Amino acid sequence: MAGLGSGRAGTHRRGLSADELGSGENQRGLAPGRMRAKEPRHASDRVRSPGMNPPKKAGKAWLFSAPFLLVFGLMYALPLLAGLVMGFTDMRSTDVRNPFGVDFVGLSNFERLFQDESMRKAAANTLFFVVTTTPLTIAMGLVAAILLNSGITRLRTFFRLGYYLPYVTSIIGVAVAWRLLLDPQAGLLNDLLRSAGIEGPAWLLDERTALPSLVFMSAWRNFGFDMVVFLAALQGVPRELYEAADVDGAGMWARFRSITIPMLRPAILFCGVYSAAGFMQFLEEPLVMTKGGPLNSTLSASLAIYNQFGFGNYGYGAAAATVLFTIIAAFSFAQFRWLRPKT
Amino acid sequence: MKRLRVAALYAALTIGLVAVAGPFVWTLLGSFKTDAEIRQDPPTLLPLRWITDNYAALFERMDVVTVTLNSVIVAVIVVASNLLFCSLVAYALTKLDFAGGRVVFGLVLLQMMVPAIVLLIPQFVTVASLNLADSYAGIVLPGLVTPLGVFMMRQFMGEIPDELVYAARVDGSGEFRIFFRIVMPLCKPVLATLGLITFMGSWNGFIWPAVVAQRKEMYTLPVALAGLSSRETVHYGLLLAGVIVVITPVLLLFVSLQRYFVQGVATAGLK
Repeated sequence: MAGLGSGRAGTHRRGLSADELGSGENQRGLAPGRMRAKEPRHASDRVRSPGMNPPKKAGKAWLFSAPFLLVFGLMYALPLLAGLVMGFTDMRSTDVRNPFGVDFVGLSNFERLFQDESMRKAAANTLFFVVTTTPLTIAMGLVAAILLNSGITRLRTFFRLGYYLPYVTSIIGVAVAWRLLLDPQAGLLNDLLRSAGIEGPAWLLDERTALPSLVFMSAWRNFGFDMVVFLAALQGVPRELYEAADVDGAGMWARFRSITIPMLRPAILFCGVYSAAGFMQFLEEPLVMTKGGPLNSTLSASLAIYNQFGFGNYGYGAAAATVLFTIIAAFSFAQFRWLRPKT
Repeated sequence: MKRLRVAALYAALTIGLVAVAGPFVWTLLGSFKTDAEIRQDPPTLLPLRWITDNYAALFERMDVVTVTLNSVIVAVIVVASNLLFCSLVAYALTKLDFAGGRVVFGLVLLQMMVPAIVLLIPQFVTVASLNLADSYAGIVLPGLVTPLGVFMMRQFMGEIPDELVYAARVDGSGEFRIFFRIVMPLCKPVLATLGLITFMGSWNGFIWPAVVAQRKEMYTLPVALAGLSSRETVHYGLLLAGVIVVITPVLLLFVSLQRYFVQGVATAGLK
């Protein structure tokens, strides 16, 4: 299987011309997870003509990279280091004018963090959100991709476009629209349930249903991305496999389980780790829809950090951010090893 | 049998589309209804009477012109800056291969991996100590050269034959000239993709502008709408009109240029 993926990498070099696109999916037949495999191609393994790149080009190269390095240094490297240090201080919003006047407080922010009831709640909510939203999003994306890929030609682009819309829409817009849909009295959802004789719950106002509502909304908003990835990957599944399965008399479920799923495994893995890393940071949804309530039932780790920032507790918030970063970095490292193509 | 299968397929796809596009259609229709009609049970699909009062109220409660202008200014700066600077880095990485290239690319990947929330507080402290809080400069600063842009441009420029560049060098062209006259014109398709992705990211961006912009005159559209939605929790008509104003530009842009977006996702394999 790995051979199939990497074999294709060479056949479609560019994939960026507009005509290729016109036909729908890109033709690369590559799951994006695979792209990492062909990563190191550029500078290193191309045949270089010696003398064509005289050493004096290095100065120009640094000059060309300067805008990036400047922004990186000022807005990423410096803040990253500052954030690490800040977690060990008692910095508050009032210290912004004089950041060097703060006191070091050792590990006390971290000790406080692990005893903080709402932080623990936030961690549990985040975990719940990630482990439910990720598979739900993948499943919805997979279903949509398979339906779109089952031989229909008419309106295919139209449906694909429609399914992708929520992903490109402002989260604030989506949040406001969904708040109305889920409104216990005025909302369409409960109106529909009522007409079926069911009294719906208060959704975002009930601590049992608030977080699941956000899970569903997030899956709804994000599945279009997974769908596009799966559609691209489905292009790479050889049709002969299905034909052979037909000859063997395999049913739809057997074909799905024994061909589609194994062939899409790299793409599914990619979507899994990529979305999980994003869902670990979910912030805007609860911030706009529930403010973390009711009773902290939708408080996420990122929202808890954001709130500490709002309260002016910069040191404490930075400590929490450091812990979250460590967890996400560990996860990213694991994903990197996990996703690395087995050759 | 086959026709039945096709019919079932289209039925399933249509149900899916209703579930996905429904909330947007509902929002659009709702923005033309009175608050009473929005709350009515059983609900009405089409407004009993199409009214524009919600939009009028929106312009009253929110400085729509100013915040839209802010969103446009911010997006234009971010898009222009990414198109130019990401391409410059990519050119250095692919056509000038220098010893530091690995380091620079490593930093690009590092920036891509650091979660935004981790940087939020120290980035704000940095911007505040530079006296850039509450300014366009402060809002655009972290997004001027995005790693995704460098990544995409590098991927594309790597496929442009080096011979073109060598030939121009032999003719005595300087690197800037080669970059602007030869390489950039070849990059038009990927520049279009990058421009659109960057525009959408900037237009939809919420947390960072909300943190940096302190005066109402500096709010971007999503920040202003979020503020409105936390103040006017019961006036759904007003809020729905706000949603329509925020999402329409991006939806129109996306629908007309969607092939570039789908490409971008498939190319970079990430947002």
